Amino acid sequence: MDISRRDMFKLGGKLLVLASVGATLEQITGTSPPSDAYRMADHWWGMIIDIDECIGCGNCARACSTENNVPQGYFRTWVERYEIEEGKPPHVESPKGALDGFPPLTRTDLKSFFVPKLCNHCVDSPCVQVCPVGATFVSPDGVVLVDQTYCLGCRYCVQACPYGCRYLHPETNTVDKCTLCYHRITKGLTTACCENCPTGARLLVDFKNPKDPVHELLRTHKVQVLKPYMATGAKVYYENLDGEVR
Amino acid sequence: MVPGIDGFMYPNEVELQWSVLIVLYPYITGLVAGAFILASLERVFRVDAVRPTYRLALLTALAFLLVAPLPLQLHLGHPERSFEMYLTPHRSSAMAMFGFVYLWYLTVVLLVEIWLEYRVEIVELAQSSTGIKRWIYAVLTLGSYNISPAARRVDDKVGFAVTVIGVPSAFLLHGYVGFIFGSVKANPWWSTPLMPVVFLFSAMVSGIAAVMVLYAVSMKMRRTPIDMRCLDTIARYLFYTFVIDFTLEMLDLIHRTYESDESFRSLDFMVHTRLWGSHVILQIFLGTLVPLALLAANQLWTYSEGVRKAMYMTAGGLTLVGIFAMRWNVVIGGQLFSKSFLGYTTYKVDMVSREGLVPAILLMLLPFAIFLVLVKLLPPWRGGTTHEA
Repeated sequence: MDISRRDMFKLGGKLLVLASVGATLEQITGTSPPSDAYRMADHWWGMIIDIDECIGCGNCARACSTENNVPQGYFRTWVERYEIEEGKPPHVESPKGALDGFPPLTRTDLKSFFVPKLCNHCVDSPCVQVCPVGATFVSPDGVVLVDQTYCLGCRYCVQACPYGCRYLHPETNTVDKCTLCYHRITKGLTTACCENCPTGARLLVDFKNPKDPVHELLRTHKVQVLKPYMATGAKVYYENLDGEVR
Repeated sequence: MVPGIDGFMYPNEVELQWSVLIVLYPYITGLVAGAFILASLERVFRVDAVRPTYRLALLTALAFLLVAPLPLQLHLGHPERSFEMYLTPHRSSAMAMFGFVYLWYLTVVLLVEIWLEYRVEIVELAQSSTGIKRWIYAVLTLGSYNISPAARRVDDKVGFAVTVIGVPSAFLLHGYVGFIFGSVKANPWWSTPLMPVVFLFSAMVSGIAAVMVLYAVSMKMRRTPIDMRCLDTIARYLFYTFVIDFTLEMLDLIHRTYESDESFRSLDFMVHTRLWGSHVILQIFLGTLVPLALLAANQLWTYSEGVRKAMYMTAGGLTLVGIFAMRWNVVIGGQLFSKSFLGYTTYKVDMVSREGLVPAILLMLLPFAIFLVLVKLLPPWRGGTTHEA
């Protein structure tokens, strides 16, 4: 086969473009780019969390920390324990984000429950709105991500997030947060936190998949998002969420 | 129990993200805007009494404006990427516009106005000096040596137009800084439409106070008598703007208290505990009520020149401390409570780290060093140009 110089340049150019696209996605997600079969436009990711099913074991926080190499003292996901006594403000704790679980309750006569938290991957994300250079964005499949190669580290997004889900990574000096395990979900896997939840309290859902159980769940169950008055379009829905939870 | 934490904070909230450097940012831009507004009093609003401070106010504004972006640069995790704000600004971001607002104000307003104001002297100095000074002034002429009466009339007219544009620009500069905070709906301490207006009037207060003190100190250092008519007038305008500023802040306070929304109990507790010293004592009592009383007394009674000077300087100094405390309480106070409204954290100021106290102090001294250079280069005392336009 004869290959002209022009063909060589064309081929080289194409390879260069592909390589650079791959490199960018790799940098964004922290791992290899999505598989070829994955089409962003076919998905719209979120999560359903059943408060009644969470036992506060902290498996999710540990799995996330390991999977994503989360720096010590910061959290992409964590679990809070609420203890509520009638007529009093709730007592809330999350020792080390529940990485080591929780100590036993001191009182057993109070209403108590666990609330797993993570980025809500909002549709109208205040964090995305305020980023001065657009380094944080909503991906076409509904995941709020940070381009680590572009983030200035101004931390306006940290201030704008109503849920406390962002932090400045002490090594990269860029803002870091839950990626909904983008490197996993784009390969057909679930997130590390969902995979390691022993009770199935956390469930990754795809709103664009007509066969996803989320549709039946939303039709038959009462659900709520955190701080609905913030109107952020949160896509992490909670079942059996108490009104005291913030 | 985590040290420095009371109650419950979301785990990522424990560490404050915006440090003392971000306190300096609105403080410095406020001084710029306020100083410029004072300059415009003479130029646009024909308050002749403040003419001795016209040039001084412009140079003060420039000295502080040149330093304004530095605390932001030092604060960024990646300062080398900050230029991206110019190249690929995110249009929905309040912060993305800073670079443009800054450049507009620096180049279109301040530099042009100062150049036009000093042009005659620059040309004269370029022709009369020798050595390096001649070279510097020759560059500053920008090649324009025409200082005929006709050319000076044009300068005056253009200068007037630039000042007229400059007044809303100064409002934009600092109102915009207020918007950066006021538009964060996640933070109830910041999120109020009054924030840009409060920032604007507090900016005017701080800028006027700064020029008043600088003027008196400069005269003292030059052993030149202070023009008391000028000082009295500045003090009177300081009083007026301070009354509006204080009224707006009280309106905000009364509104929050009366409305008592979800966040109120948490914020009220914070003001009565962690912010008591900086908010109630420094900002409201020492930084507002005392200077207001001193300035008000001068509107009601007549004092001797010496007493007036002492009262004005005390009022000016306390005002500058009070407005700094106000910026501190906004920026730092807004991060001391949890967005869960269930707990509080503590801000520990570093000493020598990148965002520590030492860099902050150096950054606060830098405008004064620049001011000294500017005064040397473009002496504000020889002026007395009458603006006819």
